[in-house]
Parts: sequence; structure tokens; C-alpha cells
Amino acid sequence: MSSEQFDFSLAIGGAAGQGIATPGNILARMFTRRGLSLYAYNAYQSIVRGGHIFLTMRINRQAIYTHGDSLNMLVCLNQDTMDRHSSLMKSGGCVIYDSDKITPGELATDVQLCPLPIKELSNKSRNKVIQNTIALGAINYLVGLEFEVLENSLNLQFGRKGDAVVRENSTAALAGYEFAKENFKAYPEPLPTGPKPLALWTGNEAMAMGGAAAGVKFYSAYPMSPSTGVLHWMAQNARELDIMVRQAEDEIAVANMIIGAAHVGARAMCATSGGGFALMTEAVGAASMMEIPAVFINVQRAGPSTGVPTKTEQGDLWQALGASQGDFERLIVAPTDALDSFNVIPELFNLCDEHQCPGIVISDLLIAEGTFSADPDDLNLNPKINRGEIVTTSKSDASDEEYLRYKITDSGISPRALPGLKGHVHVVATDEHDQDGVLISDEYTNPHKRRRMVEKRARKIADITDKIKAPTLEGDTDAEVTLIGWGSTYGVIKEAIEQLTEKGVKVNHLPIRWIVPFHSKEIIEIVENAKHTIIIENNYSGQFYRYMRSETGLSIDGHIRKYDGEPFMPHHIVDSVLEQLDGKTNHSVPVQEIMV
Amino acid sequence: MDGIDTRTLVFEPQKANDFKGKVDPDWCAGCGDFGVLNSLRKSCLDLGLKPHEILTVSGIGCSSNFPGFFNSYGMHTLHGRSLAVATGAKMANHELNVFVTGGDGDGYGIGGNHFTHTARRNVDLTYIVMDNEIYGLTTGQLSPTSSLNMKTKSSPYGSVEYPFNPITSAIMNGATFVARGFSADTKHLSMLMQQAIEHKGFSLISIFSPCITFNHDNDLAFFKPRIKKLEDEGHDTRDWKSACEKAMLWGDTIYTGLFHHVKDRPALHEAEPILEKGGAISNRTLGLNKEQTKRIIDRMM
Repeated sequence: MSSEQFDFSLAIGGAAGQGIATPGNILARMFTRRGLSLYAYNAYQSIVRGGHIFLTMRINRQAIYTHGDSLNMLVCLNQDTMDRHSSLMKSGGCVIYDSDKITPGELATDVQLCPLPIKELSNKSRNKVIQNTIALGAINYLVGLEFEVLENSLNLQFGRKGDAVVRENSTAALAGYEFAKENFKAYPEPLPTGPKPLALWTGNEAMAMGGAAAGVKFYSAYPMSPSTGVLHWMAQNARELDIMVRQAEDEIAVANMIIGAAHVGARAMCATSGGGFALMTEAVGAASMMEIPAVFINVQRAGPSTGVPTKTEQGDLWQALGASQGDFERLIVAPTDALDSFNVIPELFNLCDEHQCPGIVISDLLIAEGTFSADPDDLNLNPKINRGEIVTTSKSDASDEEYLRYKITDSGISPRALPGLKGHVHVVATDEHDQDGVLISDEYTNPHKRRRMVEKRARKIADITDKIKAPTLEGDTDAEVTLIGWGSTYGVIKEAIEQLTEKGVKVNHLPIRWIVPFHSKEIIEIVENAKHTIIIENNYSGQFYRYMRSETGLSIDGHIRKYDGEPFMPHHIVDSVLEQLDGKTNHSVPVQEIMV
Repeated sequence: MDGIDTRTLVFEPQKANDFKGKVDPDWCAGCGDFGVLNSLRKSCLDLGLKPHEILTVSGIGCSSNFPGFFNSYGMHTLHGRSLAVATGAKMANHELNVFVTGGDGDGYGIGGNHFTHTARRNVDLTYIVMDNEIYGLTTGQLSPTSSLNMKTKSSPYGSVEYPFNPITSAIMNGATFVARGFSADTKHLSMLMQQAIEHKGFSLISIFSPCITFNHDNDLAFFKPRIKKLEDEGHDTRDWKSACEKAMLWGDTIYTGLFHHVKDRPALHEAEPILEKGGAISNRTLGLNKEQTKRIIDRMM
């Protein structure tokens, strides 16, 4: 563990209900307080007890975005974990397990076995999760940390549960620590430190915080994995931050409630996953037709239908694109990691307010439930807020020029007056209407009016690409391969490129964030100049590839796809690129070796 | 080319007609909804409401065209979703008077889930349902309130479904003001509407508003001899059991009037702690102050 190339992965596995989250949280905070970058991915299932949970945590001195390919340390809370994951162990690593219940599996030659006699060390405690704290003590010793570091963390974690709980955990941790000291060999170099303590958050929390920073005053949701983290953060912070949070009866109500709130002037947001988003789609079109700005988040999980509720996929791209009937104005963005998920929310709100249309964020389980470290200095909680054109002066004289909510303008944007303002009374309608809001859809249908209203709305976002940063190529422009990804694959592609570079392959990266608007011109220029292009996406049918082709007419040389519910690991991409460069295939579907 | 006459809206109404919207109703001559519209205009005038202080939200259907014919801020939303939109609007700006208008299909059929939960939450809305027991805009099919055995285009041999009872449902779901009106008795209807608007909480006025074109079973001639007012019988509006029994009657006697009234349950916005001070959430300053920013980051460390 030379501190120069320090890169450490640790995993804890067990069944749901064995209490993996708490030691995971304690360790994550211990590491980030030392200033180490962290990324954690929890593979789990839609059950509350039983099954298999596998939390992988990776730490590094540089920013990292994936859980990597292998493990330095494995903590087995049950035999199942040992059997499934011992093959991930790197040489020099160590495996910690309860020697009363678990027998070690096949391991690389120089992996240290660290059996803990839990029954003896727990002093016959009836606390079923005490073995986790004992293991924490052992981990603390093995990574070369003073016992006080863990003791402080236990105080912070359990302090509010009272002294007895703190004492019980401290005693157990010390027992684990002392046992490890007597029986196991610690890593030769202790855990390094970074320049300053780092913060921790998930992508869901990042989106919620992005909303708070953007001035969201109304948040509504119906619980749905993996988006519920946004609701939890909002509910927890609502009173302190002056945010109205409403859990609704279904996602149809959610979407329509935020439209009502947005119409009277609140910045309003909601989050769901694909199934809930399906229920919201009619409302997305309604917001577009009534020209009401609101933000809808879809945290994708593996579909279709109920699908695999706790597994990741990038499978809802076309659902987002088609999220309403008719031609409708909306913006769609796919953030790349937690920090980007945070930054994109105020950016999207400003654009939606300015252009008076709904915005859709497509995230996914991987980054939304993934835990990331963050440099607190990178978090701008006071971003620029632009509410667009809003009329604020009331009228008292009815002979003044009449207010037209949907006034035909060159930009297509008509100043909004919010209900409550005198002299600007008007009706907004999901039926087609004229500039004064009067319906033209039924008996009054007038093709000329209809055409000019369609064109007015379309003009609002016709030139919006100019206001948004176009995607750029990362890495050597002269590369032999260009990897193209969108949204959450950013981190794993970045790391795969580092590995390919080490192998002598020159690769660069075209990450795409904005789906609508789509920077076709810039993308065509980059792709046409690339020597060999490969698109990487977490779905079966190449949804992004098909979209890019429809917008640009571009063809692509190769594809790497994964749709088994688990995210790409860096080596999946590396191996696939190499086999494609060897001419073996142009369509790789890497096999998920680890059964989680 | 611009074939439709629109009027300039009045800022400070002095008479009921000043609550007329930009256009006149597109309803069939003789439609019950005219009586409902006129009653609401009169109620607003009598209560001294100003058009810009009102938001009228509707869904889709003949009666949901209402906001266009009424002088107030209006939202003509999706089919069945008016109550959800109105809840969002009311909670974001509780200083507005929020009316919701629509029909039986919109509110009791496709919007049934929202009806249940908006009543339960006691959102301070005045929900005016024009119940004609038929789908009119789609030219005459069964609605949730169509009578057993009723013949429509979608039930040519007679319906075998038992109808939905909005009054008992609203009471069971916790609505705090539950009334039934009749479009032909605008005086009674205005009285109910004024009470409903003044009530703090969810108020339902389900109104028999006969469809002159597609429902020949439940027309004026059907209702007129049967309708009796609860007010004439000394009904106790606190007694929900008696209210339900009376609401179930559908024979020689059909009651209108105020069935149930709960005065001491707070409306949702009154129960919501963040609205205790600071006014409407939609008018508050956006963005986070230094203290809030610090607390958020500290919790992440």
C-alpha cells in the first residue's frame, strides 16, 4: 500500500438485516475525514430481511468514480459472502470472517485469513449486529489506524442512542482491535491522509441539495426505489429550509401537484423511477402546453415494468424522449456523477424558467444511490438564480393594453403573470389556446392560430443549444479509439481509459450530458474526426446510439452494452475495447462475473 | 379569420355578470351547467371576492370548460387531475381562493384517487362538481354515477353496475364540508356555495346538473318532484351517519343541501408547520442563507 499509488477497496457482505449500512457509514466517514476520496456501491435486493447485500467501498487520494475491479479487504458476515466474493481478492489482501460460522473459500496465495472468534469476543452479547463492530475494530488495526480514530467515529455514530450503546460498541471494537493486533499482520503502511476532510453524499442527496440551492419551494413524491433518497432528504430538511414537501397518492398526483405549485410561482420538483415516470408523462406534456416550468427526475432502474427494482440500467432514454403525446418542448439532461447531479439542478431550473417548459433529469441507481466523497469547497449552494420573464406590476385600469399570457413574440417567450396579480387574470389550458388563453381546440378551431401557437412554443427552445455547454472530447485528440457514453457511465469509462492507456492503447472520451437539446453539430465534428468509435451504455438495445443516429445520421464502429442489472466494472470496458480492436467483434456484452 | 368574440375582463366586479369570462359558454342550450356558473358568479359577488384573488382549476369535460367562462385566474388541466393541480397551487399559495370545477367522470371516475385523498387531507378547496350522470363530451356513455340499468351508447342493454355515491364517499374519506345542490335551484346553490367558499377545508358541492342532450333518464322532470332540501327537515350536519342514510336515498325522495360539516379540523395549510409564519411559500425568497448552507455542509462531513 505505497501511498503514491494508494488504491484500496473494501467490501462487506451479508444478508439484509445483518446491519451492513452502519459499519459502512462509520468506515466511509472515517476515510473521508482523513481526506481520502471515496466511492461506494451497494448491491442489494428488494427485500428487508435475507437475500444478499454487498457493499463495496473504494478509497483513493485522487477523485474516483467506480468501485473498481477487485478487493483489498473482504468482510464476510455470512458464508454466502465468502463463497461469492473470495475470488475478487487481490494478492496481499485480507479476508475477515466469523470463524465460528464461516469456512474460508479458495483464495489467492498470499491473501491473509483473519478469522474472528465472534462468540468469544462478543462476550456472549445478545446484540446480533455486534459482530460488525468487532470486525470494525479488526479493520481499524489492519489498516494501521489508532484505536481512538474508530472510538471517535463510534461516539459520533451511536452518541444519540445513549452511553450504554456507545460503551457496548466501544468494548466490542476494542476486543476486535486487540485480537487483530495479537493474531494478524497489519498492512505495512498505514492509511494515508488527504489534504483536507471531505464530505459524503449520494447522488440522490446531491439532487435534493441542488434543488434546495436552486430555490425549490415545493417538492412532491411517491416513494419508489431508487429515487426515494431525494424524498428522504427533502422531508428531513423541509422545515429548516422552507420547502413544502408532499407525499402524494400516486405519481400522477405528484406530477400534477408540482405543476399547480409551479404555476403560482414556486420552483417545484419531483423524483421517481421509470414506472412512476410513466404515470407522470401526460403531466409533462401538460406543463409543456401550459408553459409551466417544473423539474421531473427519473432515477432509472432496470425495466421494463416493475423490472429489477434495486438494480441499475440506462433503459429509460426513449421513455424520457417520448414522455408525452404530440410535439412538446422540454429539456432533458443526464448527469454524470453526484457533483454533476447537484450542479445540474439549478442549471436546469434556470433554463426551464427562462424558456417556460418542463425539464427532465435522467439519473440512475448507480449514481443516485452510489455514495461519493466531495470537496466541500466545490459545492456552490448559492448558484445564480434566473426566474425568466415574470410580470410583477399589477394593473388597476381595465382600459390599459390587455395582458396576453401567450403573447406571440420573436423569441416565443411570453412574460408570465402569476395568479394573485391584479389585472392579469387569464386561463392556462392543456387544450390548444390562442395568445389570450382562449381555447381554440374545440368549436373554435382555427388552423392559422393553431399553427402560430405551435411555432411560438417551438421558437422558445430553437436556439437553446447556444446557451448550454457543448460536449467536448476528453483526452488525446489523436487517439486510436473514441469511447462515447452518456450520463452515469462517465466515471467507469474514465477509469477504463486509464487502464487502457497503461496497456499502451490511445483512447479518448466523448461524454454526453445534454440529451435535449442535443449538440449535433459539435458531436458530428468530433465523431467524424475519430478513428474508431465505440458507444458504451447500460442497456440492451443501444438506446443512446439509436438516438444519436436519429439526430446526427452518424454510424458508429462498435458497441459495449450491459443489461444484467449490475453496472460496468472498468475491466469490462477494457476487455471489450481490446477484443474490438483485435477485430473479434463490434458488439461486446461483458459478463458479470460476480453474483450479487 | 379570428372568428370568436372575446370580452375584456372586469377588474373590480360590481355585478354578477362582471364575473363573466372572456368567452361565453359553449354548452348546449338548456344545460344544467349554466345554473351552476350563474350561482358561482353571484356567490363571488356577494362575498366581495376579486377575480385576481381566485384560481379556478378544472379537468376535462363539458363542465371542465368552466374556467374560460368565469372571470378569475384559471387552469384548464388534464382529465381527472384538477384536484392534484389545485392542491399544489393551494399549498404553494394558500392566500388564493381555489375553486375546482368539473364533472362526474372527471372527478369520480378518472380522478377518483385524487378525490379520496384530497378529501382526506382536508385541502382548503371548493370543489364544484356538475354531475349529469353521463359522459356528455364523448357523446353519451356510462359515467360512475349513471343509474343501474341505464342505457347509454356504452351500455346499450342497460348498465349492470351500481353507481358511485359522491356524498357518502366524501364523508367516509374525511371531507369536512359535503353538500349536494341542484342546478335548477340557483338560490339554494348560491347559499351552499357561499358557505363552502367560507369553509376552511375541503368542501364538496356535488350538483345535479342534467345533460339535456344525452341523459333522458335523469332530466329536470325526474329531479324536480323528488328533490327535498335537508334544511327544511332539521338535519344535523354533525351527524355523519344520518347524513349517509339520507344521501343514499334515490327514490321518491332525493335530498339536496348540506349533509355534513366539520368545523374544528384544520385545513392542510393550517396544519403545515412551514406555513405558520412567512406567508405563501411561492412568495418567499429563493436560495439558502449562510447558516443553512453551513448546516447542510456540516452534516455531510
